[in-house]
Amino acid sequence: MANGIIERAAKSTPAPFARKIKGLSDRAIAWIFITPTIIILLAVNIFPLIWTIWLSFTNYKANRPNADVKWIGLRNYERILTDSDIWLTMQATAHFLIWTLVLQVLIGFALAWLINQKFKGNDLWTTIIVLPMMLSPAVVGNFWTFLYQPQIGLFNYVFAFLTQSDPTSFSMIGDVALAPWSIVIVDTWMWTPFVMLICLAGLRSIPDYIYEAAECDRASKWRQFWTITVPMVLPFLMLAVLFRGIENFKMFDLVVQLTGGGPGSTTELTSINLKREAFEKWRTGYSSAYAIILFVTVFGLASIYVKALNKVKER
Amino acid sequence: MSKSSISEPTRQFKWIAAILVAFYSLVTIMPLLWIVATGFKSSADSIAYPPKITFQPSLEGYVNLFTTQTRQTKEFMAANPPQNWYEEIVHSKGMVIAGPSRFGERFLNSTIIGFGSTFLSVFLGTMAAYAFSRFRVPLKDDLLFFILSTRMMPPIAVAIPIFLMFRAVGLSDTHAGMILLYTAVNLSLSVWLLKGFIDEIPREYEEAALIDGYTRFQAFYKVVLPQAATGIASTAIFCLIFAWNEYAFAVLLTSGTAQTAPPFIPTIIGVAGQDWPAMAAGATIFLLPVMVFTILLRRHLLRGITFGAVRK
Repeated sequence: MANGIIERAAKSTPAPFARKIKGLSDRAIAWIFITPTIIILLAVNIFPLIWTIWLSFTNYKANRPNADVKWIGLRNYERILTDSDIWLTMQATAHFLIWTLVLQVLIGFALAWLINQKFKGNDLWTTIIVLPMMLSPAVVGNFWTFLYQPQIGLFNYVFAFLTQSDPTSFSMIGDVALAPWSIVIVDTWMWTPFVMLICLAGLRSIPDYIYEAAECDRASKWRQFWTITVPMVLPFLMLAVLFRGIENFKMFDLVVQLTGGGPGSTTELTSINLKREAFEKWRTGYSSAYAIILFVTVFGLASIYVKALNKVKER
Repeated sequence: MSKSSISEPTRQFKWIAAILVAFYSLVTIMPLLWIVATGFKSSADSIAYPPKITFQPSLEGYVNLFTTQTRQTKEFMAANPPQNWYEEIVHSKGMVIAGPSRFGERFLNSTIIGFGSTFLSVFLGTMAAYAFSRFRVPLKDDLLFFILSTRMMPPIAVAIPIFLMFRAVGLSDTHAGMILLYTAVNLSLSVWLLKGFIDEIPREYEEAALIDGYTRFQAFYKVVLPQAATGIASTAIFCLIFAWNEYAFAVLLTSGTAQTAPPFIPTIIGVAGQDWPAMAAGATIFLLPVMVFTILLRRHLLRGITFGAVRK
């Protein structure tokens, strides 16, 4: 009954005024809606980040919580930047990063360009191609160890069949020279569709009339490709490279399951190395400094890259 | 040449493109089909050389996946004949079933943590996205960038203090802890995606509702939410897939009670020598829901994987 009166009163007052009486102000709602998200992110992301920064200046070890925690200044940073093993893992990461990006960009762009030729049934093929990307990287890494088995593995069998060699003569994840490539191959298999999808969106954003105009000007197909297709897809391609670059710099799950960083430390990417320092050797202070260095690197490289990306977009 | 456009590729060229794409698709799907097939092989067939393409299907891998087994004496085996089909499979190897394996438990953990964190991150994400989309929020761009930047940290780097934090407050190896963690990780995705979806809903709808005497809040859940339903659903699926697939946090922060399937599946192989069919069966069961979701999602896929940066 009381509600009915309020309803009637509300309906007879002008709308903006009614809003003020009946509900909260827009400003209040905005804050009520945003605050929980910010609080959770502060608690689970920013607070830990600050904690990591603090730990990075100490000699804390998480497996000895009762030991004295000493402030040791920049010693952890010094040690990391002068450690030759860390430069080895950086090299392994760079090898992985560069080759996966090169292969994924080339294959992904080529596939997108082919799919954009608008033949029948390309939706079906696209769906199939996209499947590996959505799977759990850890489980993918795990089952690829089976496909890479020297004798019984599908990969070795097919590769040996195509090159007429002996499938037992090589072991992708056991060989020092081949292991870095084994992780590149699996990552490329998994993530090429990502680059492809983004390129496809870029290709589909080019309006037909540009090609038609070029056709009228008698520009060759080759010239059209280099002066229209490539520049117009470039911002999309660069975006794909940004996403893949950040992801692969952080790469952990796929590689840890596939090779575990081995043989030796040939595939020990920075994240795997960091996990070893933090959760096997329990050098918490040291690995916090390591984490901060990695974070600053990703953040720095990404912001330089985004600036370049914006320049390309403006053109 | 077709009349619609002079830049249309020729017929032969379309055929060449179609064949190349079809070839790539078949090559790329091979490893997945191989794993699904391996799940239905007997252990002998799974390690046969040359690899077997046709084989007698067997559920041995699936039985091994869901049970733990022990070897028994001949007398015991003779005295206790198998009661049903799966005991029969185990019996034929000279083993008996000792009990269920932990796979079911891990699968259930994945489901609980996946759905719990998805619900929370979509719920909070929708509200935040609505506020960012419709209201003038001070420092809006900075806040949005802050939300996105939380994704740039390598998970291992965040895991160190989270490990310590969870240990201090008793959240390590609990469902609640993992739900909270995955919610935080997924929030950036859900806010960014949902903001894109809500931006696309014309403001006029809500304004009409406000003039009709709805409060802001009523306008939000009676007008905006139904309009954003598809967007919310696909965001939810993306969050679910992420939580389902996540490995780094799971392996570092859970060990017993709250362990999810991704850290568990790799341990299946080690149990009885190299039990590839059981591993393949586990991978198949685990990956299948994601494949189905991917096919359902294919129209919004691009948007989801780029945090809404690219829309088709």
